[in-house]
Amino acid sequence: MTRMLAKRIIPCLDVKDGRTVKGVNFVNLTDVGDPVELGAFYAAEGADELVYLDISASREARHTFTRLVERIADRINIPFTVGGGISTIEDASRLLDAGADKITINSAAVAQPELISEIAARYGSQFVVVAIDARFTPDDGIWHVTTHGGSRMSERELFSWARESQERGAGEIMFTSMNHDGTRSGYPCEAFSRLSAELSIPIIASGGAGSVKDIAEVLTKGRADAALAASIFHYGEISIGELKRQLAADGIPVRLIDRGIER
Amino acid sequence: MIAIVDYKMGNLRSVENALHRLGAEWQLTADPQALRSADRVLLPGVGHCGEAMAHLRERGLTEVIRTLRRPVLGICVGLQAMCRHSEEGDVDCLNIFDAHVKRFPVAEDLKVPHMGWNTLGNLESKLLKDIPSGSYVYFVHSYYATLCPDTAATTRYGDVMFSSVLKYENFYGTQFHPEKSGDVGERILANFLSL
Repeated sequence: MTRMLAKRIIPCLDVKDGRTVKGVNFVNLTDVGDPVELGAFYAAEGADELVYLDISASREARHTFTRLVERIADRINIPFTVGGGISTIEDASRLLDAGADKITINSAAVAQPELISEIAARYGSQFVVVAIDARFTPDDGIWHVTTHGGSRMSERELFSWARESQERGAGEIMFTSMNHDGTRSGYPCEAFSRLSAELSIPIIASGGAGSVKDIAEVLTKGRADAALAASIFHYGEISIGELKRQLAADGIPVRLIDRGIER
Repeated sequence: MIAIVDYKMGNLRSVENALHRLGAEWQLTADPQALRSADRVLLPGVGHCGEAMAHLRERGLTEVIRTLRRPVLGICVGLQAMCRHSEEGDVDCLNIFDAHVKRFPVAEDLKVPHMGWNTLGNLESKLLKDIPSGSYVYFVHSYYATLCPDTAATTRYGDVMFSSVLKYENFYGTQFHPEKSGDVGERILANFLSL
């Protein structure tokens, strides 16, 4: 068998006011709306990490989310990342204290890049994932970094911003192509491959997975270290276990847990 | 009672949560007497090995830990602090395990830190009871412990084969994070509690 670092499969759970937003009912899962229950379900299926994104709009919801992070940390025995609305080092500290292993910062990092450096200096690079949403415009051939969920164009360009994030102490880059997000048409593998070549930190591919083939491609041709997906899992089209078995059959190193130990 | 050495080396919450899931009782402490009287001692650590040694020295804990008689488990930087010497901060460590701590080499296609799930091989320790060879565990580190007579499991990253588990008498160490390694990690912690 191969002995090397496994490619990671990461389900992403959107949370609003303490409840998971997307999702169908799975067998053996009583409350799909409970982020802790759904996360534990994915972990048991073989998820390598979990990402929880707080998409609540209100300020009060922050406290709800922090309490939720404490419950996740208490229950889940694999690493998990939290994000959504983190804009100060105090936000990062609060989530670290609640038990998060990593945080993602997105729009706030674009607005104040020193936030990356500050959080990395205080808590280590392994704690900081910089999420980049970028949109490719064929007219100028440039990947433009966007903020606020893709609604605002920034002055920045994907590759230089990713390099700057790394230099400032980001531990990983999570890249979402706004051209592909939600389309289920696959990932822009060339852009991923270039990111991976230009950076020395892991790249997480997000947004666009419609099939096992898409995920396999971004992990091989796209050289991504991890694939993050939401709807493909939430709507029960393919289980994480089945996805990983198919990736393993394609020769991609993944962590299969069915050969692991019995509880 | 389990004592978790509280020496300001990273967040201890995930280790505490893991013990909570196993139904164990613990205390966070840097008190030499509490460490000597504990049934088990956990030495976690996230961060810089040189700093870890400085914090242990400041608290007068180096000799205390070296002379513990009950099972001790070092995790990540905790394991590294139990080796002979670390390149990180060029610091002499506790000299319990016969390993040196070195930085992963700069190489193309070898990302440092070594971060993510990798496999255990050549397992030999009661700590790893019922853990199949090839099991995946979760790592985050830029420095590694060399192979030595105390090696109790190995992991390969790029061209480097390193000690992912070390064992000497009542001392154990895991380079990976059992508290974040799913059911495999939970079993390893349970094994430690029942040594």
